[in-house]
Amino acid sequence: MAIEVRVPTILRSYTGGAKIVEGSGGTLTALIDDLDTRHGGLKGRLLTPEGGLHRFVNIYVNDEDVRFLGSLDATLNDGDSITILPAVAGGALGFAAAAAFLGI
Amino acid sequence: MARYESLLDACGGTPLVGLPRLSPTVPDGAPPVRLWAKLEDRNPTGSIKDRPALFMVREAEESGHLRPGDTILEPTSGNTGISLAMVAKLRGYRLVCVMPENVSAERVQLLRMYGAEIIFSPAAGGSNQAVATAKQIATEHPDWKMLFQYGNPANARAHYETTGPELLHDLPTITHFVAGLGTTGTLMGTGRYLREKVEGIQIIAAEPRYGELVYGLRNIDEGYVPELYDPSVLDRRFSVGTRDAVLRTRQLVEVEGIFAGFSSGAILHAALAVAHEAVKAGKRADVAFVVADGGWKYLSTGAYVGTLNDAEEALDGQLWA
Repeated sequence: MAIEVRVPTILRSYTGGAKIVEGSGGTLTALIDDLDTRHGGLKGRLLTPEGGLHRFVNIYVNDEDVRFLGSLDATLNDGDSITILPAVAGGALGFAAAAAFLGI
Repeated sequence: MARYESLLDACGGTPLVGLPRLSPTVPDGAPPVRLWAKLEDRNPTGSIKDRPALFMVREAEESGHLRPGDTILEPTSGNTGISLAMVAKLRGYRLVCVMPENVSAERVQLLRMYGAEIIFSPAAGGSNQAVATAKQIATEHPDWKMLFQYGNPANARAHYETTGPELLHDLPTITHFVAGLGTTGTLMGTGRYLREKVEGIQIIAAEPRYGELVYGLRNIDEGYVPELYDPSVLDRRFSVGTRDAVLRTRQLVEVEGIFAGFSSGAILHAALAVAHEAVKAGKRADVAFVVADGGWKYLSTGAYVGTLNDAEEALDGQLWA
């Protein structure tokens, strides 16, 4: 069994358009490294140059935010379901409009 | 208390009700695990947003940011706009709302009824279009005031000063607090208050996971984390999809008679998860969660009836929380 990874629309250019890809690894770091071998460039979008999780990337393990599970060191198991989402939260359009209005 | 000087004074003080049927069953002799719903739909305009709207306007008046007759501009997906529209009407301000066109028809009608003006940003244009719309408005009306709920400390303070104390008063044995994560104001304010007062309390976020259209950014760098958000206030954060949110929203009304909006279903989903974990661990738990609004504004989606697949499809691409 492998780990199922759901990829958001804006990152599917790295997965050949695939919405769901499979990977393996005992930690989130290992999984991302594994994914990057087949989907080159994905790692660079998920992590910062310093190696931390990108501020505007949220990753969920079985629907729980990985930042509260040890972040990149979070332990993964076969059969886990991973969801990657851009950080927009509720009312994304409202955020963007508000941010633009305030010039941030 | 049942008598108030005006509608604004009737904000908050909402009931906390037990959910005896939806609370998980514990084995004989095991400590109780109970779910409690804070009914925020009992606020003046029917949602939890009345609290921050009132606090933000009052704070702006006190600081001189708002003056009589001013125009307030609010980019919102709904409830905050409705709350602000009511407060603005009673306090003498004009309100202009910028919102994506994929919000429910009831919200638009309510806003107009309260006297707000609405500028739509096209849903299909994604955030880029909303940005363009907002920039244009800003250029044309430099004198309009924004309260900016995502970064306004008065938003979180409303919950620190009202929601948190009310919960502790009504449920001194509280072990978990679960609420929705949008502007993050509810969780930051209530969470901070409860952390100061209740040792070992768990603060849990339930974040709605929308259909793909809502995440229509051009690239990751266009993402946004509200300025109010401080992850150290939270213990856990769950992402809840449309299907689970609808399922739990229906359970709330079918099993406990509470007719709520879909964000409350998402919150209940996370509350049930931690409640079941407590049962497994044999620990006592009093899990309080937020019912953010009633279901009235979402009836036109049709998602309260029919199959879950149909409901999921009906809500796809909508900002249901």
